Amino acid sequence: MKSLAELQAIRDKARTQLNIRNENDDNIRVLVGMATCGIAAGARPVLTAFVDECAKRGLENVTVTQTGCIGICQYEPVVEVIVPGEEKVTYVKMDAEKAKKVVNDHLVNRNVVTEYTIGKYSE
Amino acid sequence: MRELSLNIMDIAQNSVRAEASEITIRSIEDTGAKTLTLEVEDNGKGMTEEQIASVTDPFFTTRTTRKVGLGVPLFKMAAEQTGGSFSITSTLGKGTLTAATFQTDSVDMTPLGDINATVSLLINSNPDMDIVFIRSVDDKSFTLDTKQMREMLGDVPLNNPDVALWINSFLEENEKELFGGIDQ
Repeated sequence: MKSLAELQAIRDKARTQLNIRNENDDNIRVLVGMATCGIAAGARPVLTAFVDECAKRGLENVTVTQTGCIGICQYEPVVEVIVPGEEKVTYVKMDAEKAKKVVNDHLVNRNVVTEYTIGKYSE
Repeated sequence: MRELSLNIMDIAQNSVRAEASEITIRSIEDTGAKTLTLEVEDNGKGMTEEQIASVTDPFFTTRTTRKVGLGVPLFKMAAEQTGGSFSITSTLGKGTLTAATFQTDSVDMTPLGDINATVSLLINSNPDMDIVFIRSVDDKSFTLDTKQMREMLGDVPLNNPDVALWINSFLEENEKELFGGIDQ
């Protein structure tokens, strides 16, 4: 059974890694739209996939968070990826599998997955 | 909404927007009476009487990007369609309590779904906020309280990847225990 005491071990491990993280300021932000429209369209599995995949790969420079409705409810689940110094990329009609591909291609290898972006979709 | 846990996620987001520092989520199941009560309570900024009166109206929203607000109305509908009840009480400056009771044997009952994912993501996305999750089935219950977790974690944030994995296992194991060791 999981106990709270195990968190102390996690704390000790995390403290040794903290210094590495502070040194790089190229923090990538992933924003998943989680208003009523996003949730109803299936944003939760997308958010879970981003969190799990980033944890699995140990991506320390990625912050995954939720955001509200940005007004394009028909394209939900919508995900915005913000890489410092680059133009914001908006992915639409996302699902868990697409999320994993975005983590691999965009967050790790820095190649935008053009086929999932809003520009491609509205063509 | 296909799962009530998605409604919970949506309602909890209202608490986040109300600048709450603590959100309590309760899931209380009574298998004898065949009822499920879901509550979201926060210490956010609360609502005015006028806002409380109009919050269940789908055409009321405080947002400016669109004209509809469906979160609360959908949750209310999900409860009332089972023959259950819905209430929202709020005090300006003190906080809000949203509660819904469902009749679980109704054909129109929406399944609770993956409530663990809802709680886990809520903590992960709001690491500076305290989340208390209490789940009970008849006389058995368990609690996850981020305040207790913080005591152990010190300055390590709640959205640390290893912490997230710990939360998932904790919720999964306790859920199993609640249902007598049977996978849900």
